[in-house]
Amino acid sequence: MRTISSSKISKAVEKLAMDCNYYLPHDVVKTLKSFALKEKNKKAKNALYKIIENHKIAKNGVYPLCQDTGICVVFVEFGTSARVDGDIYKAINEGVKSGYKKGYLRKSTADPLSRVNTGTNTPAIIHLELKPGEKIKISLMAKGAGAENKSKIKMLNPSDGEEGIMDFALRTVEKAGASACPPYVIGIGIGGNLETAPLLAKKALLRPVDDTNKNKKTAKLEKQILAEINTLGTGPMGFGGTTTAIGVKIETAPCHIASLPVAVNIQCHSARHKTITL
Amino acid sequence: MKKISVPLDKETLEDLQAGDEVLISGTVYTMRDAAHKKIENIIKAGKKLPFDPENQVLYYCGPTPAKPGNVTGSCGPTTSSRMDIYTPLLLEKGVKGMIGKGERSVQVKDAIEKHKAVYFSAMGGMGAAYARNIIKSEIIAFPELGPEAIYKMEIEDFYAVVINDIHGNDFYVINKYN
Repeated sequence: MRTISSSKISKAVEKLAMDCNYYLPHDVVKTLKSFALKEKNKKAKNALYKIIENHKIAKNGVYPLCQDTGICVVFVEFGTSARVDGDIYKAINEGVKSGYKKGYLRKSTADPLSRVNTGTNTPAIIHLELKPGEKIKISLMAKGAGAENKSKIKMLNPSDGEEGIMDFALRTVEKAGASACPPYVIGIGIGGNLETAPLLAKKALLRPVDDTNKNKKTAKLEKQILAEINTLGTGPMGFGGTTTAIGVKIETAPCHIASLPVAVNIQCHSARHKTITL
Repeated sequence: MKKISVPLDKETLEDLQAGDEVLISGTVYTMRDAAHKKIENIIKAGKKLPFDPENQVLYYCGPTPAKPGNVTGSCGPTTSSRMDIYTPLLLEKGVKGMIGKGERSVQVKDAIEKHKAVYFSAMGGMGAAYARNIIKSEIIAFPELGPEAIYKMEIEDFYAVVINDIHGNDFYVINKYN
């Protein structure tokens, strides 16, 4: 059994929270650049280059990438041969709290009914998963509300099939319009049930935007949906063009013979997430 | 690219067309969900507003805290549609411009045309870049709301695109059919 101290977890989360909000992942920048080269609409092309410029300003460490520094979604893969000398939830929240304070990040977490801000950007949304081994892998996502608010889940019928999934994904992105900060990365969770499909969709967003799905059939569906989304004409900032999304990521899980749950999680172009393994 | 100043005068309002790229300089007031709700309550109670809305421009924004020595933190636009429910009343009170991002409701678009106002989209997710266009920033109301307080901001060459003009045109709709 390997012991990891709670303070080590807090320190790691603090750094993840700050890094996420000042540095756009390399794969996202690279993909934005390749779409900017292909984009023909002048305003859209200009917007894509301005997004890249924004990332260059943010990485100097003075201004976060976006004023919506998000609510923190933390995925933990906990090795069954590892132990933490304390409360891991508390350790993660301590890390978020100090990261948001030290990083001059916006505290955007409030009570859902009274709407009173918790003032610390906690509690984070934490998903723990047991894995073999003695390591602890932590992925933190700073998820803005603009894109999250436009995300959807639908319980389709098995007969709707891939066509139904494609249609639901397209309608969801079309309805998001310019509001959710396109160009998007679209996470799609297919299968499981009412709670697992959105979780799969969110997890899909942790994948590098330029990777290829290991499952050939799913990879093909990702490609098809991306191509269709980019015919919608929304474009970067809603200014038109062919860059409404820069990636579609699908994760699947077996589901009931009578169900076909589908969740579409929209991620804005400021696709901020980072992983560390302890 | 058109250079315009705010508060907006009649001539500028008449000149702006959906799709125009503009660089805005002058004074704007930030307002998000919570500040809108408070302002609505003040108007309904017939009390004095923290600023005179006549000809003013609202910026839907909640900045990050400024690092020591800086005017502001990151400060891009938030989604405008969440303010739709409050907007017609504010337009009635004299507001002539709004800067945010994303589509407005039919009711808001009608009110924009009726009151001869303009809706601009800034670039979402570009808060770091926009920080450089803010030359002054101070909280003038509701400090208890934290990032949702009303900030009076002096902006300079702030890039935006006209989405809804006084003539009833909508740039997002125009885009869709082109």
